[in-house]
Amino acid sequence: MDAVVFDRVHVELDGRVVLENISFRVAEGAFLGVIGPNGAGKTTLLRALLGLVPVTSGSIQVLGRAPATLGADAHSIGYVPQRAVVSRNFPATVGDIVMMGRLCCMGRMRLPKSTDWHEVARSLGHVGIAHLSDRPIGRLSGGEMRRALLAQALCAGTRLLVLDEPTVGLDLPSELEFYGLLLHLQRELSLTVVCVSHDLLALAGQASELICINRVMHVHGNPEEVVHSHALREAYSCEFDFLAGEIAHHDRMRSGA
Amino acid sequence: MLEFAFAQRALAAVVVVGLLCGLLGFFVVLRRLAFIGVGISHSAVGGVAIGLLLGVDPSLSAAVFAILVALAMSWIARSRRISEDAVIGVFLSASMALGLVLLSLRHGFQQDLFGYLFGSVLAISAAELAAIGGLAVLVSGIVFVTFREMLFVAFDEEVARAYGRPVDALDAVLLVVLAVTIVAGVRVVGVLLIEALLVVPAATAALWTLDFRRQIALSMGLGAASGVLGLTLSYQFDVAAGGAIVLVAVTCFFASLLVRRGQ
Repeated sequence: MDAVVFDRVHVELDGRVVLENISFRVAEGAFLGVIGPNGAGKTTLLRALLGLVPVTSGSIQVLGRAPATLGADAHSIGYVPQRAVVSRNFPATVGDIVMMGRLCCMGRMRLPKSTDWHEVARSLGHVGIAHLSDRPIGRLSGGEMRRALLAQALCAGTRLLVLDEPTVGLDLPSELEFYGLLLHLQRELSLTVVCVSHDLLALAGQASELICINRVMHVHGNPEEVVHSHALREAYSCEFDFLAGEIAHHDRMRSGA
Repeated sequence: MLEFAFAQRALAAVVVVGLLCGLLGFFVVLRRLAFIGVGISHSAVGGVAIGLLLGVDPSLSAAVFAILVALAMSWIARSRRISEDAVIGVFLSASMALGLVLLSLRHGFQQDLFGYLFGSVLAISAAELAAIGGLAVLVSGIVFVTFREMLFVAFDEEVARAYGRPVDALDAVLLVVLAVTIVAGVRVVGVLLIEALLVVPAATAALWTLDFRRQIALSMGLGAASGVLGLTLSYQFDVAAGGAIVLVAVTCFFASLLVRRGQ
């Protein structure tokens, strides 16, 4: 079964066409990287997938249903937004923030039970920050914060994980560490992953397939095909002959060689 | 002073309003709603004037008018054609102007106006106290049930929306309970100072802890304590109760600021 299906999707925002005739499918268990230049409509694509912006025409299916009709099943989708910082003074602990991801699973009074706290601890354990559960959320480092938001996205039985620029603001080692964790979780929890990034190199080294958009879909395929495609140059309006070497360099850093 | 029934009612009122403002103040400070709170409190003047002219209970008309103004300000600001502070500025001025014009049609309007602008806690009747208590229970219950969802919206509105949380409805609920709280507090400290009781104890509590449970408890405690101490000082020195209550709260804030800056 396909986890995500975009069928001739058009999105207009404030009278401007942001996405035009976008069609693709993501099989369950796949890792789709979404790339494109600034202003290409990558975040809008994710927001349409999540039902946060209306589709002007065409249709989107997420886990077999239209996003707006997911209702109580919305917890099957975990969302890690583009977020570089959280207010240092936000009055909640890491555990409280992760618990927010389980609100859909609680009763009418939204009072966490011991099973909810157990799931929170498990999610924090998955991302390797169980020891930070009682720390104020605003006192985490950039890398710890990404892990906390990832734990929030995972703590309600998530099947599809959607990430928007999850490594923006991180240095290269932290970025590689984050993507390594993501790949590990994808396998361990049998997740489908859709990840947007402006960082073509990073995504090309991690994703099982890539799409490149710039308002329209330019190319969809495995990273090797996409990186060497002529369509990529069209999307970015520049040459990408250096890419093969850069990706090899990136992979060497990832493996620690 | 507690040998007098009016003083007992005043004391009960400042405690209840202090606790309630401390609770709602947590969200006012967290979500930076201080200016919208000013807009709502000033709109109460228009609502009071309408009530007095129509022969309806002024507190009821003020509550209805304040709720409508709060929702209208929020709705227009969400359209993003004009900034939120400009929308609040327009509604604040319009409500005050409407109130002044309507009240000026009555004889002795200055006395009505003075009471609502600066509060008249010593004149609170048993029925008004019961109404304030009832509203406090209602508002606290609503906040209790929606608390974690409201906290989620405060943390990240977009993610809350993506997870199917009813963000717009939660925002509307928050504005309604804020408007109700403000109208309940207007009798105690007045239109001009109710905002201080919403913001100052919560801001003081935020200086001491980053745990929302402790922050809310501290904010409510400071709100009630400011009320009791302010009312006592007002009785001892024969000064305006509303002003004395707010000055106590503000003194706690600056003392906390000094202590916490040194740490």
